[in-house]
Amino acid sequence: MRIPVETSRLENGLLVTLSEDHTAPIVAVNLWYHVGSANEKIGRTGFAHLFEHMLFQGSAHVSSNEHFELIQRAGGTLNGSTWLERTNYFETVPSNELGLALWLEADRMGELLPAMTQTKLDTQRDVVKNERRWSVDNQPYGTFLEKMQELVFPASHPFQHSLIGSMDDLSAASLDDVAQFFATYYTPDNAVLSIAGDFESAETRQMVNDYFGPIPRGKTRPPLPPMDLPPVFGERLRELVYDSVSLPRLFMAFRSPVFGSEAYYAASIISAVLGLRRGSRLHRSLVRERQVAADASAFTFDLAKGTDLLVVDVTARPETSAAQLEDEVEREIDHLHREGVSEMEVRRATSLIETDLTASLQSAGERADRLSMFATYFGDPALINEQADRYRAVTTEEVNEIISERFEENNRASLLYVPQERVGSEHVLAAAGTA
Amino acid sequence: MVTSLRPKPGPARSYRFPQFKDETLPTGVRLITAPVTKLPLATVLVLVNAGSTNEPRGKEGVAALTAAALLEGTTRFDGAELAEKFEQLGTSLESGADWDSAFLKITVLSSKLEEATRLLGDAISSPIFPEREIERLKAERLAEILQLETEPRGLADEKFSEFLYDDESRYSTPDQGSIVSVRSLTRGDVEQFYRSNYNSGGTTVIIAGDISSENARNLVIEAFGKWPEGSSQDQPQSGKARRNRKSTHIVNKLNAPQSELRVGHVGLPRKHPDFFPTLVMNAVLGGLFGSRINLNLREAHGYTYGASSFYDWRRGPGPFVVSTAVESEVTAPALREILMEIDRIRDERISAEELSLARDYLEGVFPIRYETTAAIASALATLSIYDLNPDYYDSYRTNIHNVSEDAVLRAAKTHLHPELLQTVIVGDAATVRGSLADHSLGEVTVHDA
Repeated sequence: MRIPVETSRLENGLLVTLSEDHTAPIVAVNLWYHVGSANEKIGRTGFAHLFEHMLFQGSAHVSSNEHFELIQRAGGTLNGSTWLERTNYFETVPSNELGLALWLEADRMGELLPAMTQTKLDTQRDVVKNERRWSVDNQPYGTFLEKMQELVFPASHPFQHSLIGSMDDLSAASLDDVAQFFATYYTPDNAVLSIAGDFESAETRQMVNDYFGPIPRGKTRPPLPPMDLPPVFGERLRELVYDSVSLPRLFMAFRSPVFGSEAYYAASIISAVLGLRRGSRLHRSLVRERQVAADASAFTFDLAKGTDLLVVDVTARPETSAAQLEDEVEREIDHLHREGVSEMEVRRATSLIETDLTASLQSAGERADRLSMFATYFGDPALINEQADRYRAVTTEEVNEIISERFEENNRASLLYVPQERVGSEHVLAAAGTA
Repeated sequence: MVTSLRPKPGPARSYRFPQFKDETLPTGVRLITAPVTKLPLATVLVLVNAGSTNEPRGKEGVAALTAAALLEGTTRFDGAELAEKFEQLGTSLESGADWDSAFLKITVLSSKLEEATRLLGDAISSPIFPEREIERLKAERLAEILQLETEPRGLADEKFSEFLYDDESRYSTPDQGSIVSVRSLTRGDVEQFYRSNYNSGGTTVIIAGDISSENARNLVIEAFGKWPEGSSQDQPQSGKARRNRKSTHIVNKLNAPQSELRVGHVGLPRKHPDFFPTLVMNAVLGGLFGSRINLNLREAHGYTYGASSFYDWRRGPGPFVVSTAVESEVTAPALREILMEIDRIRDERISAEELSLARDYLEGVFPIRYETTAAIASALATLSIYDLNPDYYDSYRTNIHNVSEDAVLRAAKTHLHPELLQTVIVGDAATVRGSLADHSLGEVTVHDA
């Protein structure tokens, strides 16, 4: 199954991807800016995400919150999100409102700064601080992402610091920072625009030219510090987190091949063999047979630079101690490392992934987002059509080769959450901690 | 630079909800098929009138346990084998039960649809409910309940229902059961619940995707051939409130950086004649990003990451609830703003701009909701569960469009009840309690989590 992909580049450097589909009168507009928390300066953690909030606060011809209102009034949905390597903005609208969505995106790419005020920045800072309280500080295991980043990346690495940011750094962000970040990163030559759904190609290209064409190209962006890392951690990493949680939960991470590389697909299959759905190894063994875990899954971060991470995520049953949980998972990983996986397991994983890939392409918004992703990371949106083939081409031997390279002791990082109330009864963990 | 001229919309292209065929098979099973050929994919959703409101008293949680246990083994395969079979076909598979029904749902490539549907028929027609797996599923549910103690959002939802509904209403206890009820469930309870509720008369099979109605029909007749006959009846559900005056319940969470807030009262049953005006009224009040409550709490005050209100539509009267999380220090002023917004929408007519925002959004977003086979199947399930007219989706946008400012005001006056509001705060009692004294929230009590 292939979807149509048409790619062009405006003179100002904006990469434009179109994918027509006339089955329903809706169209998705999606922009990826190649900037994320990795690009933040020291002392400004969380700024890329705070900036994402500011992009909904109006621009030269759009008043505060009008972006949301205009799209919802048009019968559309919209949002934005920030990740380590990119920030995206997206709308899905009835197809006759495509012009509006494009114009709104162009207005904020071209002329955001006239609309920025101290009051808006202060309000969004408060909103983001509340987002941090809600999703990180007041949520069990909510610190997982920032603690994991801190544990597995070296101190100077751009992926090492918190995405949502510290309260102090958020407080320090100024309007000058907004202006500088905008001028540096929110330029057409640092962005990808994807449009998927019900539109006419020629007319749409004309609109894109009219709205985005006049926006000037950016100046040189500061290069990211070196991202490359060795394929393994080189030592056993481990951190215990005593927290307000009810059950022990272990996140065990492994450095794995970067997203999009040949070996990535094998690693992604390993992740599915281990933890995708109820027939996966960890579920069958730890949840069903041994009954030591309440839940088990695995996933990859899909980082395209430096190194990716494969993470195993297992929550203990109430009667399982944190130490026991870690032993059980460790034993499964040892077993995996020793014996590898079978052809049947690879086939199960590939079949599930293929269904999920196909299902995800049903939605215009998802199509547009993936086109932007492949265009941003690899300059080639048409990779969207090669994913199923890439997975199918992976052999069991290739999978087992990655397993023997990446699942040794010296490539394991455990982030183990222990319920505060159990601290007394689990003092044995502290002793084991440095092992 | 960018042109200051806002583009005008072009002529709208028409849209119709996918056409479907609705029939009763000779076995008594209702079959709804919607051929959707965009991608080589299909969703099969089996709905059984075996939700939590059908549970005998004291057996709360048996509906969910039964639905989960269907995948734990049949006369042909044990649970692990069944999972393996489904997953070798690449099937995404789910089963569960909520208030109004139990369901099994698969999404799979159309080339694997027949085989996966036969397995599904097998799972639902000949389960063996192994004791060991039932006990395991119970333990997993108990672990989930334990997790809630430290999870403020889920805890707030659960406590809100508990404080809101009278004991006689099933809605006062979590739909998946409580610690006490789940502990007491046995394999016999599951089998008994299955026998009394899983039968052809209470079952609707929905297939949406890349298959013709005729092929879908033959497939269902074959796959669900062993389905026991029988009929089913909806249990009328009481929505009796626990209190007839407003009150506030603080569930203490020491040093919580935020207060999770739930403010509301008993709402309306899904089939209420005022469904559409109430839907539009709620969109203006708290249903949209641009709603009064969100703009007030988030954009004007920066109290929260987000605030919303909704009616939880069920067969019986589910709750109306405003839901948000605010920094602990601003708990009292945030509650004051919420109460003010509820009063304001009852006191004065909304503006023409507000009405058009809500209506245009609900009308315009309609086709965006049905992009996937799973979403289409869920929409068809709604028809079946709430016994809505077959033209419900075709007339949906007209019904929204016909709601006027006056109808919204009437809905607000009739279906919002400031004097009955129950407020639940999961937060640090020491920080919030004192500031609540003069806030007309009724009697304030403090509880442990």
